[in-house]
Amino acid sequence: MNLILLAAVWGIVMMLSGLFIKKKENAVQLAFLGSLILAGGCFADLHEYAFIHSDFKGLLAYDKFSHLFLFIISIALILYIWLTGKEVVKVGNHPSEYFALLFFVMSGAGLVTLFNNLLILFLGIEILSIPLFILTGSDKRNLKSNEAALKYFLMGAFSTGILLLGIAFIYGATGSFQLVNYMMQGTEAAAIYHHIGLALILIALSFKVSAVPFHFWTPDVYDGAPTPFTSFMASIVKLAAFVGFAQLILNGFSSDSARIQSVVALLIAATLIIGNVAAVYQQSVKRMLAYSSIAQAGFMLMAVFASNDMARQGLLLYAAVYCLANIGIFAVLTKMKDYTYEGFNGLAAKNPFIAFCLTVFLMSLAGIPLTGGFFAKYFLLAAVVKVGGYLWLVITAVVFAAISVYYYFKVIQAMYFKPASDNSGLITAVGSSFKVGLLLAALLILLLGIFPYQLLLDVLTVY
Amino acid sequence: MIALLLILIPLAGGLAGFAVKSASLGRTLGLLVSLATLALMLGLLGGFFPATQKSFFIDWLPQLGADFSLKMDGVAASLCLLTAFCFPVIIGSVKHTQYANANAFYSLLLLAYAGINLVFLAADGLLFYFGWELALIPVYFLCSKWGGEKRLQVTFKFFLYTFLGSLLMLAGLVYLYYHTADYSFSLDALYQAKLTPNQETVLFWLFFVAFAIKMPVFPFHTWQPDTYEQSATPVTMVLSALMVKMGLFGVVRWLLPLFPHASVQFADVVILLSVIGMIYASMLAMKQDDIKRLIAYSSIAHIGLMSAALFIHNASGIQGAMIQFFSHGVNVLGMWLVVEWIEQQTGTRKISELGGLAQKAPILTILLIIVALANIALPLTNAFVGELMMFNGLFKYNLIYAAVGGLSIILSAVYTLRMIQHVFYGEVKVATANVADVMGGLKWGLLLIIPVILVFGIYPTPMLNLVKDSVAFLLSLGK
Repeated sequence: MNLILLAAVWGIVMMLSGLFIKKKENAVQLAFLGSLILAGGCFADLHEYAFIHSDFKGLLAYDKFSHLFLFIISIALILYIWLTGKEVVKVGNHPSEYFALLFFVMSGAGLVTLFNNLLILFLGIEILSIPLFILTGSDKRNLKSNEAALKYFLMGAFSTGILLLGIAFIYGATGSFQLVNYMMQGTEAAAIYHHIGLALILIALSFKVSAVPFHFWTPDVYDGAPTPFTSFMASIVKLAAFVGFAQLILNGFSSDSARIQSVVALLIAATLIIGNVAAVYQQSVKRMLAYSSIAQAGFMLMAVFASNDMARQGLLLYAAVYCLANIGIFAVLTKMKDYTYEGFNGLAAKNPFIAFCLTVFLMSLAGIPLTGGFFAKYFLLAAVVKVGGYLWLVITAVVFAAISVYYYFKVIQAMYFKPASDNSGLITAVGSSFKVGLLLAALLILLLGIFPYQLLLDVLTVY
Repeated sequence: MIALLLILIPLAGGLAGFAVKSASLGRTLGLLVSLATLALMLGLLGGFFPATQKSFFIDWLPQLGADFSLKMDGVAASLCLLTAFCFPVIIGSVKHTQYANANAFYSLLLLAYAGINLVFLAADGLLFYFGWELALIPVYFLCSKWGGEKRLQVTFKFFLYTFLGSLLMLAGLVYLYYHTADYSFSLDALYQAKLTPNQETVLFWLFFVAFAIKMPVFPFHTWQPDTYEQSATPVTMVLSALMVKMGLFGVVRWLLPLFPHASVQFADVVILLSVIGMIYASMLAMKQDDIKRLIAYSSIAHIGLMSAALFIHNASGIQGAMIQFFSHGVNVLGMWLVVEWIEQQTGTRKISELGGLAQKAPILTILLIIVALANIALPLTNAFVGELMMFNGLFKYNLIYAAVGGLSIILSAVYTLRMIQHVFYGEVKVATANVADVMGGLKWGLLLIIPVILVFGIYPTPMLNLVKDSVAFLLSLGK
């Protein structure tokens, strides 16, 4: 709860601060302060200190899982502003507003995580999306940015419409917006409404998490948006949408789980195949990361598929590891002269430290042991196995995980084994605070790869 | 505790090596670390430490039923001894001026060392998987950074191949885990897992593919000759003397005990593939002009015999294979040392461009011939004992397989002796005109290997005793 309030308040603070702040750096500092406050608020929530002890007549629901997730993304936000803040203010002339929008997104993420009512889910998704439409188009003079924003907006509006229609059908079937494990009851017509509503909601949320075949907007939007905002979209926002999806299925539709599983299994397989295969053929690292985020969505959908304890733990780990790795990679990407693979040529010779951190991030995305990415994937695979059956899904997943190594390691290959050229490498030398931030992210990923429980998941049981 | 140190010391040494700036210091560090582990290993086998030191246990992820648990049985001990013996020789054979960034080279070698030992010692499924991958990552960097011109593509293929195999194994492992009584990754719990015959079949193949790629068994071998050829020779030594043993060891410790019924059921398929591989690789070895590729194919043939012998389920075959793990590692290491010297001196590895080395380098020639005879498995050399036992086992299993497989011995004599004849005898050619005799680390390496070859050829009993418990365990399965 704290996060929703604090993020909304700090968003307004940031917006007003635009009147007084003259130097761009001060906006970054203020935003950083805000992210610290947010993290503090989330930490307090974990210990059940909240400003308001109310579930607003059942509109929101609190549990350890949601609070831990919000804590994770608030930490991710700190890291994001730490590493990328300076690039955010370079995008245009309205630094404070950009940060304000980012904080509003955080508030939406809070709603999407804590909802216990379909309307709150709808509200959360809207608050999550609308600021992003603006941020995507914030590089006003860039045609690609404009195109991306328009595409994102149209697709977003379209899927929101579908979501709303789905919610309406569910309301028609049950007469309520509350999430109370909609059992199929009553007349045959109600059952049909229920199914149609569920199908529409599944489609709409698949749009939001860019699952194949609803993924077409993702590469263009990720590629067109200014890189600092792509980073935000690909990490925190993506995970929030997933947690919303998983919460909805678990808390609202677990009685339909067998039916949902057969559909989601197909979505997963398609997402893994298209995402990974398309990523292999990309020339630009930024676009590759866009497709890789689709491919990773295939894995994260397993949490929706399985909806068991293992899956929820896996989703939390995935959130932590994936946010850290993506924020780190994109932060370095914003400093690169060239976004192609060749741009990374010879980076290890010039900047061994940054190359090492990037290697950790990429290996984590590829799911190599000793990085948190391994356990994230492991938990989700184990969750699928635990459901029983679906061996084909597990085999598909591991085969495509092996393929994903191809494009992640292409970057490592470029950094370590190819000679540098004129347009490869960093634009300018990076400061030491940037390096400390990267190191922190890399260390967290490595530690999560050895002690996932001690560092993260024990929180679910201890407090 | 000693078991833990066998992993920790190389790991710490490898990490420290990156901080060392001077290459010669890196080499010294590498030598010290590898000699220290050799001393520990010899002490352990010599009985200087209590037997409880052979295992180690500490909680790791109790929530998942995975622990940091190490256990050294007979076959693991023989392989740890092999590793401990090979690494000082390998590191000693690399001059610190030989490669750019040599200290990173030594460090990565040591990290691979830690990973390999973890594979041999792990008594926990998840830990085993960790070791399996962690041995691979440093080798990926070693193969990509140093070596021939096509190394990047070749290494990539090798890496993807192996990674795919290991992920399939991981999928199998997770399935197996959910069939254990109380959700545990410990070796004993996995051994006790209750599986239906169909499940056992599927899981058997998932694991087998991972191990078959690593060994490699025909038809999963296509990465191997290219990788051996392209990587720097010290790395090839690690790959062929030690990392292929990970696959064979996987069969012994994991595949056969985990799926005893499927192992019997599909033994015929595996043996057939292995025998095909033996003959096929031997034929290809005869055609090779590059010495490295020749040894690569010869290695496939030797590995084929071992993988066949492991599946025939009789004492002679299994025990023969297990002592051959050690012998093959030592012998192939010797062959690579010679290749390394030839390449350093002449700048070429092509048999057609070489000749008359015996006149220029008599010591090298003598050393090589002993190693080569061991490679052909002549009596009095270590390989003879193992191969005899394996063929004896194969003979009892199926006469035709034994006869066809036996051809590979003759073929191995053909290609090995042909190589010696063309490279060491005959006319001195341009490339070999200014060759000096073997010196330095390479010479010491070869001088260390010869006694091992002879001692275990004449008196193999210690090695046979070492692996006896593992053989008895495997034979007790499925009863």
